Amino acid sequence: MLRIEHLTVAVAGKAIINGLDLDIGTGEVHVIMGPNGAGKSTLANVLAGRDEYDVSGRVEFDGRDLLALTPEERAAAGIFLAFQHPIEIPGVGNMYFLRTAVNAVRAARGLDEISARDFLGLAKEHMARLEMDPAFLSRSVNDGFSGGEKKRNEILQMSLLEPRLAILDETDSGLDIDALRAVADGIERLRGPDRSFVIITHHRRLLDDIRPDRVHVLSGGRMVRSGDHALAIELEAEGYGPTLAAASA
Amino acid sequence: MSDVIDGLVDREYAFGFHSDLDTEFAPKGLSEDVVRLISAKKREPDWLLEWRLDALRHFLTLEEPTWPNVQHPPIDYQDMHYWAAPKPKGPAPKSLDEIDPEIRATFDKLGISLVEQERLSGVAVDAILDSVSVATTFKAQLAAAGVIFCSFSEAVQEHPELVRRYLGSVVGIRDNFFATLNSAVFSDGSFCFVPAGVRCPMELSTYFRMNAAQTGQFERTLIVAEEGASVSYLEGCTAPMRDENQLHAAVVELVALDDASIKYSTVQNWYPGDAEGNGGIYNFVTKRGRAGARARISWTQVETGSAITWKYPSVILQGDDSVGEFYSVAVTTNRQQADTGTKMIHIGRNTSSTIVSKGISAGHAQNTYRGLVKVLRTATGARNHTRCDSLLIGSGCGAHTFPYVEVKNDSAQVEHEASTSKVSDDQLFYCRQRGLTEEDATSMIINGFCREVFDELPMEYAVEAQALMRLSLEGAVG
Repeated sequence: MLRIEHLTVAVAGKAIINGLDLDIGTGEVHVIMGPNGAGKSTLANVLAGRDEYDVSGRVEFDGRDLLALTPEERAAAGIFLAFQHPIEIPGVGNMYFLRTAVNAVRAARGLDEISARDFLGLAKEHMARLEMDPAFLSRSVNDGFSGGEKKRNEILQMSLLEPRLAILDETDSGLDIDALRAVADGIERLRGPDRSFVIITHHRRLLDDIRPDRVHVLSGGRMVRSGDHALAIELEAEGYGPTLAAASA
Repeated sequence: MSDVIDGLVDREYAFGFHSDLDTEFAPKGLSEDVVRLISAKKREPDWLLEWRLDALRHFLTLEEPTWPNVQHPPIDYQDMHYWAAPKPKGPAPKSLDEIDPEIRATFDKLGISLVEQERLSGVAVDAILDSVSVATTFKAQLAAAGVIFCSFSEAVQEHPELVRRYLGSVVGIRDNFFATLNSAVFSDGSFCFVPAGVRCPMELSTYFRMNAAQTGQFERTLIVAEEGASVSYLEGCTAPMRDENQLHAAVVELVALDDASIKYSTVQNWYPGDAEGNGGIYNFVTKRGRAGARARISWTQVETGSAITWKYPSVILQGDDSVGEFYSVAVTTNRQQADTGTKMIHIGRNTSSTIVSKGISAGHAQNTYRGLVKVLRTATGARNHTRCDSLLIGSGCGAHTFPYVEVKNDSAQVEHEASTSKVSDDQLFYCRQRGLTEEDATSMIINGFCREVFDELPMEYAVEAQALMRLSLEGAVG
């Protein structure tokens, strides 16, 4: 589904990602771990189309040249990014925002608009599963939300937008146990043979619930090690030290 | 974002057409003769002519104020017409169907169908073209409720005692340069009177259209709500695109007696001039209301047009427990300039006022909030809350805030909050990642910024205001 070849990314002349390769098959769940400043969030932002970077290399998504698409075209093609720090938009109702987003993506996929009434029913159904208060719909987008509420709101958007590839950037950071479980359940429900995930995390906890197909360690702008779930367990026990030492040896 | 800014320059004005009407003008210039001519055209009583002449004599002693934060070449007050009216074709129309088809077509094009409108929308409209009112709808239904809604000229003929009692009672003829000018030469406007205890059964609205070239528009609006009465009123304005500047100096007076409530909303979309700042309306307007005990006056304005806007809709909180509100969105793009805000004058005990001002600047525009909160010694327990938010789009524009606070009573509580922000790249990227185009995202963020003010507009107009905002900032993204 997603094939990244020799991806290089720089900001203001400073290289952040150096010749990264990654292959993600349809239906697979990949985890990216790595020390702070390794380039994990940059990778997520580049895949979603943020334009402040100098990017070279090739990224193919469902056979298309991903780097040639605008952020909204990527969204329509099925790429979803759960933001590490979800953005507040004062004065814009959450319900209105969600419905506009869903309809924009539906229109791009040649589907009819969903009516306000139908959407409300759908949103409430998803919110109940995420244990979110329906009052969220009438609040402004992320405005005054707690950290956990913002992350649940990201998962809600993901559930409603039904992406082909969901990229979760530290969605599990800073969550209490209940919120973490709600996020894990949200991911599990969406998991399926047609949908892939890239999960960026620092914690093994989420992975114990999710059981990823592959775990990668990103450091210095490239993948230094890959493995399965056992790698996440090992990293938590030993830290990144041995892995990074082996990579630079 | 740079595309966003470039695009702002390309906005188009949708109401810039000119109607080919046979128009009658007063000779150019300002003189006693012109004032007498206007008064005679309108068959006014002597007291009103004297009132005008008094204003004219005072005007001739005044200098144009220089304190507003705006710049424009000197205005030649002798080089414009103070009266222009479509020439009547035959006898005066007895019903809306008899109105000159050209005039009807003009309002149709503006989306205000005078005939259809009466049947469909349930909003009473007074339509004013240049210096005269051409139609007022729903008069019969309003009269049944005891509400008088007509053109100012008609009110002078039909209800002279009411006009005489209230005209100039809130904005006197010596109030300020432009109000004094208006008092001398005002042509038409709307008059509304809601008797004691009556809740006006429908929204009232006046639509102002400037059509004739080289002509100033000087309308006068007077709204009186007697004890316990309530009314909601909306004005809309457009003008053709011309490369000259045209002066619009209106006066609006609101009188809310004890326990009355007046809600006055404005959607102002006068021609703003072109991208280089040529042409456009100078909108120099005085609006003020006087609130009796427990009365409420609420101003809501969405200002997107005009080359220069200079207006401070104000409330004199005279009665105890009276309430004043001001909700404003002012959008300036290209070379537009706005110096706008409000004055809340607290006189009565336990009076309270709320000010919410949202300024949006783009291109090379300058947007100024200027507001006065004045608490007199008598106003024990007065409260004010002011919020001024400015949103900048691009780096060539400016936002300025001049809040004046004068408090003479220790028990007053006055709060002022202000913020300046930009449409952030983070917000745009977030929306686009969710599938919105850059243009939709920008429009959504800006509408969110204005939300509190739009929420104050009557339902039908809230939608119109959002559409207008989008139009004003059209091409904002590319």
